[in-house]
Amino acid sequence: MEDGIVLTMRGISISFPGVKALNNVDFTLRRGEIHALMGENGAGKSTLIKVLTGVYEKDAGSICIEGRDGEANIHSPQQAQNLGISTVYQEITLCPNLTVAENMFIGRTKDRIVRWREYEKRTTEILDNLGIPARASQELSHCSLAVQQMVAIARAVDMKCKVLILDEPTSSLDDKEVAMLFKLMRELKERGVGIIFVTHFLEQVYEVSDRITVLRGGELVGEYLVSELPQVQLVAKMMGKSLDDLAELERIGQKSAAGEETVYEAKDLSSAECRPFDFRIRRGEVNGFTGLLGSGRSESVRAIFGADQVTGGRVTIKGKPVRITKPHDAIRSGIGYLPENRRRDGIIADLSVRDNIILALQVIKGMNHPISRAEAEAFADEYIEALQIKTASKDTPIRSLSGGNQQKVILARWLLTHPQYLILDEPTRGIDVGTKLEIQKLVLKLAEEGMSVTFISSEIEEMLRTCSRLIVMRDRKIVGELTGDELTQAQVMKTIAGGEARDENE
Amino acid sequence: MTEKRIRLRKREPLSDTQMLMFISIGIFCAMYIGAMLTLGGGFLKPQQIFDLLNDNAALIIISCALTIVMIGGGINISVGGVIGLTVMACALFLNGNSIENSALSIVLTLLLALGIGLGFGLLQGFLVAHLEIQPFIVTLAGMFLARGLTTILSVNPVKVTHEGFLELVKTKLTIPWLGYTAQNGNLIPAKIEIGALVALAVVILMFLQLRYTKLGRSIYAVGGNRQSALMLGINVRSTVFWSYVISGVLSGLAGFVFLMHKPAGNASVAIRSEMDAIAASIIGGTLLTGGVGNVIGTFFGAMILSTIQKIIALSPLNASWWQEMANGAMLSFFILLQSVVLMRKNRARAKKRKEIKEKEKKKDES
Repeated sequence: MEDGIVLTMRGISISFPGVKALNNVDFTLRRGEIHALMGENGAGKSTLIKVLTGVYEKDAGSICIEGRDGEANIHSPQQAQNLGISTVYQEITLCPNLTVAENMFIGRTKDRIVRWREYEKRTTEILDNLGIPARASQELSHCSLAVQQMVAIARAVDMKCKVLILDEPTSSLDDKEVAMLFKLMRELKERGVGIIFVTHFLEQVYEVSDRITVLRGGELVGEYLVSELPQVQLVAKMMGKSLDDLAELERIGQKSAAGEETVYEAKDLSSAECRPFDFRIRRGEVNGFTGLLGSGRSESVRAIFGADQVTGGRVTIKGKPVRITKPHDAIRSGIGYLPENRRRDGIIADLSVRDNIILALQVIKGMNHPISRAEAEAFADEYIEALQIKTASKDTPIRSLSGGNQQKVILARWLLTHPQYLILDEPTRGIDVGTKLEIQKLVLKLAEEGMSVTFISSEIEEMLRTCSRLIVMRDRKIVGELTGDELTQAQVMKTIAGGEARDENE
Repeated sequence: MTEKRIRLRKREPLSDTQMLMFISIGIFCAMYIGAMLTLGGGFLKPQQIFDLLNDNAALIIISCALTIVMIGGGINISVGGVIGLTVMACALFLNGNSIENSALSIVLTLLLALGIGLGFGLLQGFLVAHLEIQPFIVTLAGMFLARGLTTILSVNPVKVTHEGFLELVKTKLTIPWLGYTAQNGNLIPAKIEIGALVALAVVILMFLQLRYTKLGRSIYAVGGNRQSALMLGINVRSTVFWSYVISGVLSGLAGFVFLMHKPAGNASVAIRSEMDAIAASIIGGTLLTGGVGNVIGTFFGAMILSTIQKIIALSPLNASWWQEMANGAMLSFFILLQSVVLMRKNRARAKKRKEIKEKEKKKDES
């Protein structure tokens, strides 16, 4: 093996029923580098990671690891760990009911008897060494998500891993926490750990990575040095198409204008999770709630939909007063809500794509008017076609679809009910650039057809492109409303930061 | 550095497990003291506590057996059935064998009891851990199997006639200074049966096992988050398997202890005791969702149940239905209390986190 290379994967292929997930993919990782693995959803990133960590068995190809002769045999996460390959997944894979120290050591010590004191002492050393703000004897569930993730990384590092895989580590962290994580990643890089960094955030890739490998449709597109690949080209390579689509969207976004009629209006609406606020949306309007993570934007729309316990306020729909205290009321009043947490609140994992699509419509019709099989089939066909949902069939359980396609199914569920007001909370999170564009375009098209849409996204650019009015929240309060010319990134930032924020050099 | 050391030494906030355990200890004490004050009588004598232990030794042991699998996220409802089968098999063996050495005969009986438990544990562990069948179904089948086998062994009640064993049944540890003076002036010492001592030993051993051994901690990890446990490199299957084996062996032991308390086999021995054991575990702070609980809490859970039984027996409401209803009410009350406490705790935690964040923000601004 060439010097400085810790891992080579050659000609990796794997198929699942009906899909060729990876076709002849190569991947090389050098010592002390941060190597971003990029690609749209369904491009095969996760599959490649899972082959490397022994979750999936590859059909063909070889994996070689530094310091071991010949091919490495990896059939389980445990074997991968023993070979020095550690993974930190998007969802924290530690046990919340154990202490930090235990989470560091469980499953990898040979001790039959737990030596608490020693574990806690060593854990404290490791945490101090890496600058992680946690206590060894703390129960893990008492730590913030970011710290939990860092504990997972510390564990991997302490296991002398040569290859550290970070699978979407930043998707649930705020900016400060991301900075903390990046500091840790650079620290590890200095120590010679090879890091595979899987993420959707392009800026983050450019901030920390040295090299990028791009996958598309289960095939290798290429491996590039970050310094030699401009961001625009990276996106083009991931999507396999030109960027004209983006420009087009910009134009549509600006011309989309709202009608006069107020569709939904709330006065002093409050829930267990959010303070009273006023809100209205007109026919054909696309507006957005923005603010930092935890500023209350999701809580506000959950209150509108009755997903949290509503504690007060008056709501009118097209001038008529209505009571919305539970999602059922909202659905029957013509409101649709695509939740932020797709896996928890959105999909019903074991039901088929078809059943997931007709769910909301069935609620409107009531239990006594079942949707016939033939109708359901027709609806499913229609929306799979219309939204270009990639699925093996309409009987496939939704959990086997990629994230972006699951999101489309949920979207189809609401579109089928022809809501007058559709709330989309982070519809583009964790899905690939191409699908993001498709969803944004769809939103604008729906608005033109007269639907009112509330669109929430962590990416401000995305909201600026699609929304004609932005409601800015800070500390669970609405602090501003931006329309027309005010819709610039600088203005949004300023409003979020608040009046007393320091003037930056603008 | 000194600051850091102080921070490390500071007590951590109570974990959910400890919190729920303390609640159940507190309730037990409150209930017992309440009974002492209002009912007086037997409750004023230390013997009352020992009686609770003597009468419920088998329940305490199977409650521990349940706690272990429940912490791992499973359930085992075959424990009562295994007691019934063990009691019957041991009674028949004691009466039927022709071994002259009575000690040897008793040891063999004990081994038989443990063997039956082990057999059930191994089989159920294999089905649950390796074939991944729902533990509820597996152990329900186990319960039916055990009850069926009991009836096959003997439809009629079997009284133990083995003299050595009956001697053992009568053997009690006496503690004179905890005794009391009866009306006729005789000193009656406090008495503990061997079974109660065994039960206490089981509680202590299982506590240590769960707290300090690799297997014990793995059970918590698996119950806390099975997927994570797998990713952390824990052998989830073997962990689950061994938790059922331990549970099975304890059930067998509980059968032997039961026989030492009431030396007779009967098709309806310990019937529905698995439900009491589940209730004891839950009252002791074990969550059905797994990952939280410990056997000390379970011990007090079992004691709470048996205290209720005693209180009702001494009160004017002495009827079995009142007791059932009291148990049910207690169980509901506990579940309610637990969820309220956990909710408040989580809310307090969230509030604290928010305060810290706000403090940081202020620091940033200044």
